[in-house]
Amino acid sequence: MIKINIDQERCKGCRLCVIVCPKDIIIMSEHLNSAGYHPAIKIEEKEKDCIACGKCYQMCPEVAIEINKE
Amino acid sequence: MKKLFSYPDSLKKARFSYCPGCGHGIVHRLLAEVIDEFKIREKTIGIAPVGCAVFAYHYWNFDVTEAAHGRPPAVATGIKRVLPDRIVFTYQGDGDLASIGAAEILHAANRGENITVIFINNAIYGMTGGQMAPTTLIGQKTWTSPGGRKAELSGYPMKISEALGQLDGVHYIERVAVNNPENVLKAKKAIKKAFKNQIANKGFSLVEVLSMCPVGWAVTSVEALRWIEEKLIPVYPLGVIRDKSKST
Amino acid sequence: MKKRILIRGNDAIGEGAIQSGCMAYFGYPITPQNELTAYMAKIMPKIGGVFIQAESEIAAINMVFGASLTGVRTMTSSSSPGISLKQEGISYMAACQLPGVIVNVQRGGPGLGNIAGSQGDYFQATRGGGHGDYRTIVLAPYSVQEMFDLTCLSFELADKYRSPVMVLSDGVVGQMLEPIHKDDKNVERKIKDKDWILDGCKGREPRMVRSLLLGEEELEKYNWELNNKYKRIKEQEIRAELYNVEDAEIVIIAYGIAARMGKQAVKEARRQGLKIGMIRPITLWPFPEQIVGNIAQKVNSILVIEMSLGQMIEDVKLAVEGKTKVHFYGRPGGSVLEVEEILDKLREISN
Repeated sequence: MIKINIDQERCKGCRLCVIVCPKDIIIMSEHLNSAGYHPAIKIEEKEKDCIACGKCYQMCPEVAIEINKE
Repeated sequence: MKKLFSYPDSLKKARFSYCPGCGHGIVHRLLAEVIDEFKIREKTIGIAPVGCAVFAYHYWNFDVTEAAHGRPPAVATGIKRVLPDRIVFTYQGDGDLASIGAAEILHAANRGENITVIFINNAIYGMTGGQMAPTTLIGQKTWTSPGGRKAELSGYPMKISEALGQLDGVHYIERVAVNNPENVLKAKKAIKKAFKNQIANKGFSLVEVLSMCPVGWAVTSVEALRWIEEKLIPVYPLGVIRDKSKST
Repeated sequence: MKKRILIRGNDAIGEGAIQSGCMAYFGYPITPQNELTAYMAKIMPKIGGVFIQAESEIAAINMVFGASLTGVRTMTSSSSPGISLKQEGISYMAACQLPGVIVNVQRGGPGLGNIAGSQGDYFQATRGGGHGDYRTIVLAPYSVQEMFDLTCLSFELADKYRSPVMVLSDGVVGQMLEPIHKDDKNVERKIKDKDWILDGCKGREPRMVRSLLLGEEELEKYNWELNNKYKRIKEQEIRAELYNVEDAEIVIIAYGIAARMGKQAVKEARRQGLKIGMIRPITLWPFPEQIVGNIAQKVNSILVIEMSLGQMIEDVKLAVEGKTKVHFYGRPGGSVLEVEEILDKLREISN
């Protein structure tokens, strides 16, 4: 089972992870973080589709994404 | 639980001060991963430039100093010559390296200093508010080229990596980009090679990274990826510019 | 054991540096200090040290910055126009509290000037030279012996106070050949364990050495810290030579090469029955203001002599605080003062 973890406080909402995800698992949230950005979030029910390609991790300028295997 | 992609040890947990979509964070991570993978964190000394990455010492989890504008290669020379068994790298932007520090980089390269240089080319001065850099494209609008860069006034986009590639002291120069996941992986490979060269005492290695500055280019973070593909790469083609280990 | 050798002024600085454990020298050619760079080029490789002829004075001082970060004793040298270029690096070294020795074998200016010995860089040396609210310790040798001795002292002070130190010499003393005494001691060349150096973070937390302080009031606080250091230097490191001042009616104040002529003039004037003495500041910053101030109360007047249009005279006047008249005699542009000219001026004042 692949787990995607997006640090909501580090994220600055640049959307680069959203556009590179081949499975459309990541979207932008409605809420704001403490710095005033809409952070990226995963769609919980789609997380099972994750193939751990790491593209979101590679493109994240904030090193806010971790991908683990459970 | 197995970590597949996780935060590298050579980065502190501090949040970056960079704008959303800026490429510096990606390159910082690549550097940190490479340093982790070679297990050289405890013998590495990094030199931050003047520019947006001036605060790199807040992010890198190893010894770091900050040089005057353009002078990192001279500072690196002083450190490396005294401590040849340490790993010394400079991290410089296009203003720092190609403009005010053109003499220092040229001569450090020509001396074949056994250092690694990470050269961030985003065709603009970010920290001071978006002025024209030596690498700014013809026609590119900046704060100091409001009508777009004109060759007759400001010369041409400077291909300093190609110029440095002519020098016999240089071991390795490659130009990479961080505008898509495939290119990021290639960038990491190049950075890894540049550090490996230093560890093996091969001499001067430089990796030029075409990197996003969406705020400076007045585009969105996503558009900035395309801007690199469509505008920057045609002027600054990716690939190996010099590699002595292959020329024999 | 003390050894007596005949040596040129510029070489004596190199010898002093090597005796002080200097392990890294970075230079760039400029007359009249070239012998020193050549001396270091010859000796440094023999002692396992670093010698680099840099691409510019700017690069050289930044290499000193880098070497200093590792904890070794390090030096650069140049002459006036080159020292102008080094000011950027000196300001950064002062800001980062990095020890290092900068030698200025002064030549005539402004601009390219000429290659004759001069004292035109007093303001630049003592006022910080580069940007920002900082001070540089400045030592002024007036003989080849002092080229050696004060170079040794400059390395001690640089380490003691974590500060750049300037040896402010000139082309005349630099080119002069004189016998000197020097100790032949075993020189300590190991990197001293300092708690601020950058040598890789093995077994400790990572360190950073920087000068950008953007936090609220961060820079003000740091400047006050630096100021406390400068106060300590002022309290502890002032040096001056007093020559025949006890009964003097007129006191000459001169440093470096001008003091050689000044001393000769004192001797000659004494022979002619004039009661003349001399104060020779050895530290130009910190300036021996108390010494000058105290003597100013006892003499009829003071004559400042310099190989410039008058720069140190401003420090003398600040120290004298109007207690006595301060006269000036100087020649700019690399011209050497004649003893007879100084005597003429002394006669003019005493009448």
